[in-house]
Amino acid sequence: MAEKYKLIKDLIRLEIEDFAFPKKEYRTSRHDTVLPYNWALGPTWTRFFDGLKEEKIFGTKCKKCNKVLVPARTFCPSCYEDMEEWIELPQEGSVETWCLVNYKYYGQVKKPPYIIGQIRLDKANCSLTHFIGGFDLSDPDKVRRKMKTVSRVKAVWSKEKHGDIYDIAYFKPI
Amino acid sequence: MAEQKEKPRKVGAMGMVPYEMALGPTWTKFFEGFKEKKILGTKCNKCGRVLVPARPFCPRCFEPMEEWVEVAQEGTIVTWSYVNYTYFGVTPDMIPVIGATIKLDGVDCGTGMWTQISGFDIKDFELVTKKVKVGARVKAVWRRKRQGNFRDIDYWKIIE
Amino acid sequence: MGRAVAVIGTGQTKHGRRDDLSYPDLVREAVKKVFEDAGITPKDVDGVVYGSMPSMMEGMAYNHFYFADALRVVGKPLLRTETCGSTGQSVAHTAIHWVASGMADVVLAVTSEKEHEGDAQATMMTILEPFLQVVIGGAPLAFSLQSREWMGYYHIDDDKAREAASIVSVDSHDGGLKNPLAHIRVKLTKEDVSKAPIITYPVRLYDVCPVSDGACAVIFASEEKAKKICKKPAWVKGIGFRGEEYFIGDSNKAVWQSTIEASKEAYKEAGITNPLKELDVAEVYNPFSYQELMFLECLGFCPPGEAPDYVIKGTFSPGGELPCDPSGGVLCTNPIGAAGLIRVAEAALQVTGKAGEHQVEGAKLALSHAMGGAEQFNGITILGSEL
Repeated sequence: MAEKYKLIKDLIRLEIEDFAFPKKEYRTSRHDTVLPYNWALGPTWTRFFDGLKEEKIFGTKCKKCNKVLVPARTFCPSCYEDMEEWIELPQEGSVETWCLVNYKYYGQVKKPPYIIGQIRLDKANCSLTHFIGGFDLSDPDKVRRKMKTVSRVKAVWSKEKHGDIYDIAYFKPI
Repeated sequence: MAEQKEKPRKVGAMGMVPYEMALGPTWTKFFEGFKEKKILGTKCNKCGRVLVPARPFCPRCFEPMEEWVEVAQEGTIVTWSYVNYTYFGVTPDMIPVIGATIKLDGVDCGTGMWTQISGFDIKDFELVTKKVKVGARVKAVWRRKRQGNFRDIDYWKIIE
Repeated sequence: MGRAVAVIGTGQTKHGRRDDLSYPDLVREAVKKVFEDAGITPKDVDGVVYGSMPSMMEGMAYNHFYFADALRVVGKPLLRTETCGSTGQSVAHTAIHWVASGMADVVLAVTSEKEHEGDAQATMMTILEPFLQVVIGGAPLAFSLQSREWMGYYHIDDDKAREAASIVSVDSHDGGLKNPLAHIRVKLTKEDVSKAPIITYPVRLYDVCPVSDGACAVIFASEEKAKKICKKPAWVKGIGFRGEEYFIGDSNKAVWQSTIEASKEAYKEAGITNPLKELDVAEVYNPFSYQELMFLECLGFCPPGEAPDYVIKGTFSPGGELPCDPSGGVLCTNPIGAAGLIRVAEAALQVTGKAGEHQVEGAKLALSHAMGGAEQFNGITILGSEL
């Protein structure tokens, strides 16, 4: 097992060693953490991500309070009951809030500028956090003016699917 | 649970986060000492103990330790262990390793976990159990090129 | 100490390799079980305490936030406590102080770990400290160094210590066979243990705890609530906790001050003067069989330096004067953050007669214990069937 990781470790070391902290006048020691992880998705999220691979967005419904939550959950956070009813949700919804991210940090998943929004899909009782895009984001003033006119968005799928949340590329204004 | 298409999956990733830590004035001076092949300790005004690695304050009295002392580079083994397994970041060519805590002459504590014993064929386990004993005398062996970190002491060798 | 506090319910997941569930679902499994056992609903809980090893172990930052739904913490106060291996005891103590102070009547304590989602040794060694206590070897190295320091200090023969440690390992694994929730459930002989591959000499493969996934939840309640809700509460008789210096070379680890002082504090509160005679069962923290020998001495079960003799005599084996770790202990199940609280849960099961196949007959007073850091923290909770 250590052999396999040594190879990965050498490849990835280069990427993190490119990163430089601002210079300091006192003595420091650089100590990066490079650690392997392997997370279990569990049955619920496995099924949810399988749905994304097929361009379907699944939510689950609580039989007690009747709320429909997305992403699909194992249990309802309010009632603590298992959520066993799976519902395929429409891929359109309204924008509850949004924010233009315009600064960089190490390990960012997307190169700025990008918009993160809370999208209330039709039929869901909670909002989903995801990207809003499909138009020019280079001028913050233009973005603000455009987002003022946006009320509804629709999912746009990535061409290549990996069974993760980025199978939805972004939500585009309609 | 409603019908599933396949067994629950696992998702793998590497967590990589950069960190840069400040050494602080005490440890900076301690490691500068390593560059000159010196082991520096600090002495507590209150209890009079000399501690290595050098500390900014005495852990028991909570008083600042401002008196610096150059300590001996020889001592006795308080305890040792033979490491024979690997985990991520440790490859089979890096083991075995003999970790030890050493009480240097004139110092009032053991060195802790950064001291290793070597200087003979440590892959020979029988030889290790014969040579390495609690109470044996050891001496520091320095690396030729030193950078001011704990690796500057290459290993501690057993003085017969 | 404040008001009297009791354990009114416990819940543990099936410990082991839990690739079948996501981490929040694993925590929920334990929390669901504790509510069923206590016979109360989330509405009755006044506060939640959560603890685990640093989130870096599973690569999820601030995991008490990740589990907010599973812990049923919505609308309730939450405290996070963490002291490495003794996290379970610290979580228990936090909950006990919360109830004893009168600021809450019912507190849910939860701990968990999912070590198969990361590399435990690599994480612990990487995030320890980058300047000085850095060496290859992991936790097994730190505890092997301590074991040999103890053997050297009391001039204990290598072979005698090896035999005693093997007995500890065999007894713990026998306990695991009787505990359906334990991770490792195998039959071992003294021969198997003594001749296993070396990890960090003198510790060998079967002297070391496994890498486990698991969660444990315990509900603590005030005297008034416990008497109203619970048929058989397990009363908290005494608690103790002590810390030590950071550098492991700074103090004598053979005469382990933090364990000795913590146990004295707990015994004083519980009114115990002769632990060996008065305790019926002890759930001692034993990730390493050699270390348990040291704990037996420092907890006051036998004179210093004589633990191997007492173990070889059978004092701490099943049927002996003070059976230790009938649940299999940490040698059979070690989700690190949860291990300390599992000891409390097992002690509660023992004094309320709910331990099933691994019940020690007539147990009325049980000690639970956990250690954290590189020998820096020690916490003890004593539970009894009488107030």
